[in-house]
Amino acid sequence: MTLNKRKTEERIFKFLMMASTVIVTGSLLVIIGTIVVKSLPALRLTMLTQTPKGGYYLGKEGGILNAIVGSLYLASGATLLAVLVSLPIVLYLNLYTKKASALATFTRFSLDVLWGIPSIVYGAFGFIVMMTLGLRASLLAGIFIVGLLELPIMARAMDEVIRLIPQALIDASYSLGATKLETALKVIVKQSLPGILTAVLIAFGRGIGDAASVIFTAGFTDSIPTSLLQPAATLPLAIFYQLGSPLLEVQQRAYASAAILTLIILAISLISRVLIKKFTRHTIR
Amino acid sequence: MDFPTHLRIQNLSVSYGDHLALKDVSLDVPDKKITVIIGPSGCGKTTLLKSLNRLLDSVDGVKIRGNIFVDDEDIYDPRVEVTHIRKKMGLLSQKPQVLPMSVFDNIAYGPKIHGTSDRKKLSRIVERELRAAGLWDEVKDRLHEPASQLSVGQQQRLCLARGLAVEPEIILGDEPTSALDPQSSRIVEQRLIELKSDYTVIVVTHILRQGRRIADYLAFLYLGELVEHGPAEEVFAHPKDPRTRAYLTGEIS
Repeated sequence: MTLNKRKTEERIFKFLMMASTVIVTGSLLVIIGTIVVKSLPALRLTMLTQTPKGGYYLGKEGGILNAIVGSLYLASGATLLAVLVSLPIVLYLNLYTKKASALATFTRFSLDVLWGIPSIVYGAFGFIVMMTLGLRASLLAGIFIVGLLELPIMARAMDEVIRLIPQALIDASYSLGATKLETALKVIVKQSLPGILTAVLIAFGRGIGDAASVIFTAGFTDSIPTSLLQPAATLPLAIFYQLGSPLLEVQQRAYASAAILTLIILAISLISRVLIKKFTRHTIR
Repeated sequence: MDFPTHLRIQNLSVSYGDHLALKDVSLDVPDKKITVIIGPSGCGKTTLLKSLNRLLDSVDGVKIRGNIFVDDEDIYDPRVEVTHIRKKMGLLSQKPQVLPMSVFDNIAYGPKIHGTSDRKKLSRIVERELRAAGLWDEVKDRLHEPASQLSVGQQQRLCLARGLAVEPEIILGDEPTSALDPQSSRIVEQRLIELKSDYTVIVVTHILRQGRRIADYLAFLYLGELVEHGPAEEVFAHPKDPRTRAYLTGEIS
């Protein structure tokens, strides 16, 4: 190929790469911009401090405190549940099974399939189980289903970071006479803590932002739940119901709710970044 | 057998899938001496070393036949506790591999998992082993800083101190100076020579000059086969096997 042709090729591909980058960052800006502009008429402090007045579908007064609190409860509970199951899975996969074993391969495949299942299916599945058991929509049911939804995301993300730990580091711990469990808890978790926290955060973000899985399981309510057995409102559903309202003022409140949800996720990302920095003083790079 | 030994390798064969990495190796390792295993890369040196503390266990598709006796205990006997075997051997790897914790905790890690929880006792162990590894003066003011901030040469001596802290009988070095600069290499070699009064040392290396500097006993591995072994001076001066001669003169590498 002549030099000119190669140069043209270089230019075309560089342009395509830049264009893709602009599309990504541009969409983020456009989405946030839309939310902010559309929410401005409805964005008031009372949105954060009060529960809805006049119903979530038609009410123009009050706020969405019920959904903020409900979402935080629900996503925190679900994330905690997912951590308690994910961490043992990934430590087992990486320390107790051989890398190419059928069990490990099958487990990873199962997690990938679970990851791909649409969240509405999780919701429907949860609903069937609840019907069979005679349970009503509740915060607890929502926590279980969202926990299940977060599980494969969290476990696979943790698995990817723990798989990257050099065998030599694991061997170093073994050669001091450490058991697999001691190595897992004192060396592996410590070394991969930033990655583990990131995995937790990704899963939390997915959990707090999902509407379809909670619509039948956690239900919706105008009040703040005071027990695990009461239904709980969530922000994505608040947005969904308010957007569906025929009243313009209520639609604007949907955008305000979206802005609040985005801000919550942003705040949690920032806080966890600071925490990760603090926790990783000893990590070997 | 004309020397005391508590580490005996008998008819050891190791294969990875179809590849035979060690072929029927038998070797008695002399106590409180430095035994150097030399040979070109890929000859099975690291496999031999890792079979001694059973780190081979975690390798996929590995098959081990034969016996290794440490203090007359067959380490591959299923009734033997693997952590008990590993505690008897300190390992220095090719690249120093510090644990993701402070200098102090790197050394205290071993004693802690083996049951020492008294802080004062741990401090004494840390100081004693850092002195033994010749690192104390350099790090005594930064014991609680991350170990990863030490230089590579310091990290390797930290790994040595960490291995010593579990009171092993045997020190295994897997090309322990290959990632170090010449000066740090000399320091580590010097430490190994000093440590042989208390420990049995086995070092794998492909650096012939290093073998000449530190070896008391020499074993030459070639293509998975233990070609020749004996007192280092003898083997270096009068190699019996033509392959050993060829390796020592640089004809094969």
